[in-house]
Amino acid sequence: MIARICFFLLCAALAAPLHAGELRGTGDLGIIVERASGSILIVDTSKRGVLGRVEGLGDLSHASAVFSRDQRFAYLFGRDGGLSKVDLLTGSIAKRVIQSGNSIGGAISDDGSLVAASNYEPGGVRVFDAGTLAPIADIPALGADGMPSKTVGLVDLPGRRFAYALYDAGEIWIADFSESTTPVLTRFTGIGKLPYDGNVTPDGRHYLVGLFGEDGVVHVDLWRTPLKAERILDHYGRGEEKLPVYKMPHLEGWAAAGDHLLVPGVGRHELIAVDLRSLQETGRVATYGQPVFAVARPDGRHTWVNFAHPLNDAVEVIDNLTLQVVHRFKPGPAVMHIEFTPRGHEAWVSVRDADRVQVYDTGSFAKKAEIEAAKPSGIFFSARATRIGQ
Amino acid sequence: MILGTLLLAAMTLVGGGAAAADNADPAKLANLVRQDCGSCHGLALTGGLGKPLTAEALLQWDAGQLAQIILDGIPGTPMPPWRPLLTEGEARWIAEALKSGRL
Repeated sequence: MIARICFFLLCAALAAPLHAGELRGTGDLGIIVERASGSILIVDTSKRGVLGRVEGLGDLSHASAVFSRDQRFAYLFGRDGGLSKVDLLTGSIAKRVIQSGNSIGGAISDDGSLVAASNYEPGGVRVFDAGTLAPIADIPALGADGMPSKTVGLVDLPGRRFAYALYDAGEIWIADFSESTTPVLTRFTGIGKLPYDGNVTPDGRHYLVGLFGEDGVVHVDLWRTPLKAERILDHYGRGEEKLPVYKMPHLEGWAAAGDHLLVPGVGRHELIAVDLRSLQETGRVATYGQPVFAVARPDGRHTWVNFAHPLNDAVEVIDNLTLQVVHRFKPGPAVMHIEFTPRGHEAWVSVRDADRVQVYDTGSFAKKAEIEAAKPSGIFFSARATRIGQ
Repeated sequence: MILGTLLLAAMTLVGGGAAAADNADPAKLANLVRQDCGSCHGLALTGGLGKPLTAEALLQWDAGQLAQIILDGIPGTPMPPWRPLLTEGEARWIAEALKSGRL
């Protein structure tokens, strides 16, 4: 306990206070989630330094964040159902509500007016006014069987819409708020067993949901009407023995890389390349471990991958042209997350059990900086405000 | 480094009361449960994609049953078998620590 207090005092001393009176932009700011201590660090990615720490944010295991359109505020979704609006300029909590008992993530509408949170307990999705965090809509996720469901893979879609999947019920729902604050729901039932995450391509066209309970991915082409949920990569591992999965893969970093996507193979040490036109498998990349995040560099040239426990000490870099691993390195114990600067010149990598975030040059792969952080997990830069599905 | 050592020492003291396993490293196991089991069950073990692992939530199972679940997983769900990574003694230590609510 004493050691822990000492540790936090040390970290607090390292974090310089924010100067509220100083004029500055927020486009190069970001946050680092300190999952065990319910705090975040506000970071300046140009200076590769910490501007301050914001505490009192609750249980931040699996916390994620989205940003206001002006990139001043981060909306942080905590495991305990806490939704916090943090002011990056003042380093303070502008507003905080406990919106559910147990949450998994969230999204912000394209017009910046609605923040949606995806919940495990009591399930469903709740939508809030982005300015005040006042409740706008509560959408229970009752599956075709009438049972409440956890929701996963919540993303924003163009046209003031949100898409998400029902984990228990095996469904995809699209909630359309374009006409009013009462959503029009489109439901796709029977899409497959245990959808574990979903994401939309950066152009807002393809919503894809990974299945845990069976091999396959579900695809909704949002440019075609009527909307249809179709299986792709069906039985991609047919007849192969799956490995135990010690950490669920995430599809958050599923950016399109050139003309294909790289999808984690669940229970496999590989990524599956999917052609974005034909939606057929075009190749596989053998990886060091089971991929958790496969994040495309913003220009799509490379994809950086981290791995599930117990092979979570390494990062591999894949050349998206040749689908070859071109670099492997070991940042340290428990690599949690990778976030690129907006145009990809640097990658920030959280190394949980080393209590630090490491910054790498994405051209030379040289380490450029280390930032002390207490059990860091997610890293989120404010430029996400400008991207669909983030 | 000194802080890290202190932290480890503190955690060892906390976990030192449990003698369920000869080969269990309490600090390492406590970190594993919080951080890695926590990816699904929540850092505070109050549940997530996986069920809550609080002492109250686990009343209906005894430590032996929990150790079996840890080692063999629950087929048809994302709960994986930890046998490739944990010994029976370690699984038993975790099961008892969860039952007593000290993790």
